[in-house]
Amino acid sequence: MENQNLNLLDRALGLDGPSEPWPLSGRVVLIEDCVETSGSFVLHQLVKRSLSPTSSNVIIFVAFANPFSHYDRILRKLGCNLVTQRDNKRFIFFDMLMLRCPDVDEGKSSEGGLVLLYEKILKTICGLPGDKKDYVTIMIDDISLVEVAANGGSDYVLDFLHYCHALTSEFDCSLITLNHEDIYSSMERPTLILQMEYLADILIKAEPLSTGLATDVHGQLTVLNKGTSHRLGRSGNKIHNFHYKLYVVLWRKKLVISIDKGYSSEKRSFRRTYHVNGRLGFWNLNTLCVTHLLNG
Amino acid sequence: MADTICRTLRDGGLEGEHAPALTIKDSKASPFGFDVFNYVLTQLSNYILAGKSQSRGLVVVAYSRSPSFYVDLLKRRGIDIASSHDWIHILDCYTDPLGWKNWLIDKDISQEASSLSSFCQDVRNLDKLYSLIIEQGKGLIGQGKDRFSIAIDSVSEMVRHASISSVAGILSNLRSHDQVSSIFWLLHSDLHEIKFTSVLEYLSSMVASVEPFNQAAFGQRVDLENLSMLEQNFRKGKFHVRFKRRNGRVRVMCEEILVELAGIKFTPVLSEDEIINQRLLPKRYGFVQQVQFNLQLSEEERNERAKVVLPFEHQGNGKPIQIYDGRRSLGENKEEALVSTGKLQPDEDSGKGQIIYFRDSDDEMPDSDEDPDDDLDI
Repeated sequence: MENQNLNLLDRALGLDGPSEPWPLSGRVVLIEDCVETSGSFVLHQLVKRSLSPTSSNVIIFVAFANPFSHYDRILRKLGCNLVTQRDNKRFIFFDMLMLRCPDVDEGKSSEGGLVLLYEKILKTICGLPGDKKDYVTIMIDDISLVEVAANGGSDYVLDFLHYCHALTSEFDCSLITLNHEDIYSSMERPTLILQMEYLADILIKAEPLSTGLATDVHGQLTVLNKGTSHRLGRSGNKIHNFHYKLYVVLWRKKLVISIDKGYSSEKRSFRRTYHVNGRLGFWNLNTLCVTHLLNG
Repeated sequence: MADTICRTLRDGGLEGEHAPALTIKDSKASPFGFDVFNYVLTQLSNYILAGKSQSRGLVVVAYSRSPSFYVDLLKRRGIDIASSHDWIHILDCYTDPLGWKNWLIDKDISQEASSLSSFCQDVRNLDKLYSLIIEQGKGLIGQGKDRFSIAIDSVSEMVRHASISSVAGILSNLRSHDQVSSIFWLLHSDLHEIKFTSVLEYLSSMVASVEPFNQAAFGQRVDLENLSMLEQNFRKGKFHVRFKRRNGRVRVMCEEILVELAGIKFTPVLSEDEIINQRLLPKRYGFVQQVQFNLQLSEEERNERAKVVLPFEHQGNGKPIQIYDGRRSLGENKEEALVSTGKLQPDEDSGKGQIIYFRDSDDEMPDSDEDPDDDLDI
C-alpha cells in the first residue's frame, strides 16, 4: 500500500501495516452515522482499500441503498474501477434494492428472503478459488434498509447478521456494515443497534461536533477498536478521534475552491496525495467533495 | 474478589442444595462482561483439570462465539483441549442456531460436528436444549455421582429465541439438577427489560456487574473534554459482586478491572471510601431501594415502643392485675379494660402508648377452643 495515500482512518484501522494478512480479517466493523454527518464515505474508503492492487481481497457488496452505477461513479473518482474489478471477480455486487421479504403473517417464510440472501453469500464464498476464499470482505449498505426489506422484523435482521457473523469465524472473512444511529434514538431500548454494537469489533462513528456547526470542521470520526484475539496475537483496546472537513471541487471547470488557505489545487489528480496544512486528505466522492482529515 | 467467585463455583453446592449460579452482567457503557466470562471459564477449567473442583466436567453452551474460539482461548491460557478434551464439551448454538444450513439444498456446505463440540440447530426449543446439555454433561462424567459445570456465554442471545419464562425455567432446572455442580452465564443488561434482569438476579447466588469507570462520560457526544474519560472507560471498569450466603446474608464487594493485552485484570479499589465489605446492602448502589420495608427505628419510634404496655403483662405496681379477656360488653367494662391496658410508668397520667382492644361481638359465647392461651400459666 502506498504510504502517501494513507490517512488517519487507515492508521486507526491498522491498514498502514502489511496488506496481507488483511488486518480486518475475521473482524466485524460497524459504521454508525446520522443525518447531519453521513458515514457513507467511510464505506467507500474501505472499498478502495480492500481493492488496492497490493491486496488479494474479494468484496461481496450487498446493496440495499444504491445501485451499482452509484458506487461505480464514486469509486472511479477514487481511482478504483469497479467494472473492471467486477469482471475480475474481485467485486461481487448483490443488488438488493427490490428485495421484499414475505409478510410476517406468513409465519416462518417471513425470514425466507434473508435466508436466501445468506445462502447466496455462502455459496459465493464457497465458489471462490482456494486462494481467494480467505480474503473475503462482506459489506452491507445499509442495515436500516435491510430492516425495511424484512418488514420491520428486526429479529430476522439480527438472525441474518448472526449468520453473517458466523461466516467471519468460519471463513475468516470481514464483515462491514453501515447503520444510522439516529433512527433508533427515540426508542427506549434500541435493541437492533445495541446488538450490532455488541457484535462489532470496530465501531466507527461519524457525528457532528459537540459544539455544533463550524465552518472549519464539519464532523468528527470516532474509531473504537476493541482488542480482539486473532492469530497475530491480542491487540489492546484503542480509541481514535478525528475531525474532518469538506471541500467543494468543481470538476468540469477544473477549478478547486479551497476554504483553507495554502491548499494546492490539483487537476484530476485523484490518485495523488495532496497536503493541506501539512495533513493528509482523501476524496469523499459521495458529494464530490474532498474530505480532509484533521488530527482531532 | 473475582477469585472468590471462581472458588465458589469450584466448590459447588452441597447435597440437596441448588448449584451456585453466577450472573455476569454488563452494558454498552462497559462491555467487558465477555472478558470476565472468559476469565471465569479459564479459572474453572484449571480447577477441573487440577482435580480441585467438585465438578469433573464442563459444558459450554456457545451462543456468541464459535467452538474454535474457545479452543483458541483456552490454548492461549495454557490449556490445550484439542489434544485432551474428555472433560469439556461445547454445545454449538452459534454456527447454525436456526437450522438455516439444513434448509440449503447443497448438503456439501453443511459441517460435521467434532468430538469436542456438537451442534444445536434449533435454539428455540429449550426443552431439547436442556436435554442436550444434560446428556453432554453426563457423557463427560460417566454414570457415577460426579457432577459437571455449565457455562452459557449469552443468555441475551438465548432469550432472543425464547420467552423470558422459558429461559428462566431452563436455568432454574439446570441449577436444581442433581449432577450440576455450578452454572454461570453472561447477560447484556441494556438489551432487556429490567424484569428479565431481575429474574436472573433472583435465580443467582452471585451477581457480578461490570460498570463504567466514568459514568459521566457515557452517552455524551465525543469532545476533547470527555475523550480522555471515554478512553479510560474503554480500558477500565468497576466490578461489583453481590454474594448471597446460605444463611441469607448478602455481601457486596467491589474491585476495579483493567483490560490489557494479556487479558483482564482485577485490582482492589484503592480509596478507603470505595472499599465495600458489608453484610447489608449499601445505600450508595441503590440496592436499598429494592427493599420493601424499613429495618431501622427512629428515636421517636423507639420511645413510643417503650411506652406500649403489652397485654397479659405484670404491671408490678401493687394494684390488682386486670386482664381483659375480651368477653365482656363494651359499656360495662370499658373502664376496667382501660385500666388493664394501662401504663407501666408510676405516673399514670403521662405516656401516650396504649393498646385498647374491643371485641367485635359481645354475643359470642366463650368456647373452650376459642382461646388457645387458656392453659398458659402466666
